[in-house]
Amino acid sequence: MIARRTTVLALAAGLAIPLGAPAAARDDAVEIVEPWARASLAGRNSAAYMTIVNHTAAKDELVSASTPVAKVVELHTHLMEGGVMRMRPVQAIEVNVGEPAVLRPGGLHVMLIDLTRDLRPGETIPLTLRFRNAGERVVDVPVMPAGASGPAGHGRGHRH
Amino acid sequence: MTRPRRLALVVTAAAVTGGAGWMLASAWLGPEPRPEVAAALPPGIAIGGPFSLLDETGRRVTEATFRGRFMLLYFGFTYCPDVCPTELAKMAAALDLLGAAAEEVVPILITVDPGRDTPEALAQYTDLFHPRLIGLTGSEAEVAAAARAYRAYHARVATGPGPDGYTVDHSAFVYLMGRQGEFVALFHPQATPEAMAEAIRRAIAASPRLPNVTTTGERS
Repeated sequence: MIARRTTVLALAAGLAIPLGAPAAARDDAVEIVEPWARASLAGRNSAAYMTIVNHTAAKDELVSASTPVAKVVELHTHLMEGGVMRMRPVQAIEVNVGEPAVLRPGGLHVMLIDLTRDLRPGETIPLTLRFRNAGERVVDVPVMPAGASGPAGHGRGHRH
Repeated sequence: MTRPRRLALVVTAAAVTGGAGWMLASAWLGPEPRPEVAAALPPGIAIGGPFSLLDETGRRVTEATFRGRFMLLYFGFTYCPDVCPTELAKMAAALDLLGAAAEEVVPILITVDPGRDTPEALAQYTDLFHPRLIGLTGSEAEVAAAARAYRAYHARVATGPGPDGYTVDHSAFVYLMGRQGEFVALFHPQATPEAMAEAIRRAIAASPRLPNVTTTGERS
């Protein structure tokens, strides 16, 4: 009981190390929840996914991203038109207050273009995210198997 | 979103750069248990047919190469970062769900980007998903012919400078073809591995393996 209360107090004070969410970056402004990227091959492309929570009182935007493992990084979405998937770049990804931005397969994603090396399942890659208001955040992104459909702990082939 | 009350497979003519073709605009099954699976086509609409392509070892293969087994087929490309991995992973998961029955199924990726997807590139890429997944490529004309037979839409879209500065829009359907290469089912991108596996199981049950099945004789 005392231990639990201590934990609660520590959390309330913002002192606790986030244990449950691996590689989650957290500060007062934006929180990156369950980031993951797909395994892929050098010279090919990959995609990174995550949920972005805005803890401020004002709308924010993810405006760009970069990583040392890809020559180009772009923000993309998919438009599904009658079974045809059209992938298109977007200028920014809005992160509204009280409405997390969800980047996931088949939708919004951070596209890692022209990988400088293979991305192997089990490793993590650094990804720098730039927000219009919250500024720059560096996230350690776990690499999941190429066929993964979600972050660690979400079953293979599982669809939401 | 309202769905049609009955099976409606809408096939729309689309002018595609490099040649006019038919495109599968959408496939819906009405209020059925598996709305993502279309098991019938409108009259006069055919999917499938002959193709001549190269496998991962550079060997020439045709639809006859896989006769006697089911083909679980997808059109995609190895530079595709999101949709293709998602669909290929679902195919792989469906095969795993089938257990030993998966031996009756040949999972195939036909590239819509033959300029970059060499047999070697496909060999590396398909291994990321399933050891039995086969990648097929060919000349631009051979790939276009295969895509046309399956009414698979694909169009190159420039994304930036340089030879690699393009992506390929493409339809994201998975096809299940029968032992004689005939159309069995079409899976919409919303289909789950479970739905795929179930459709494959039913197809296998409806078409048990028979030695020396005779065909109409039109194909050699």
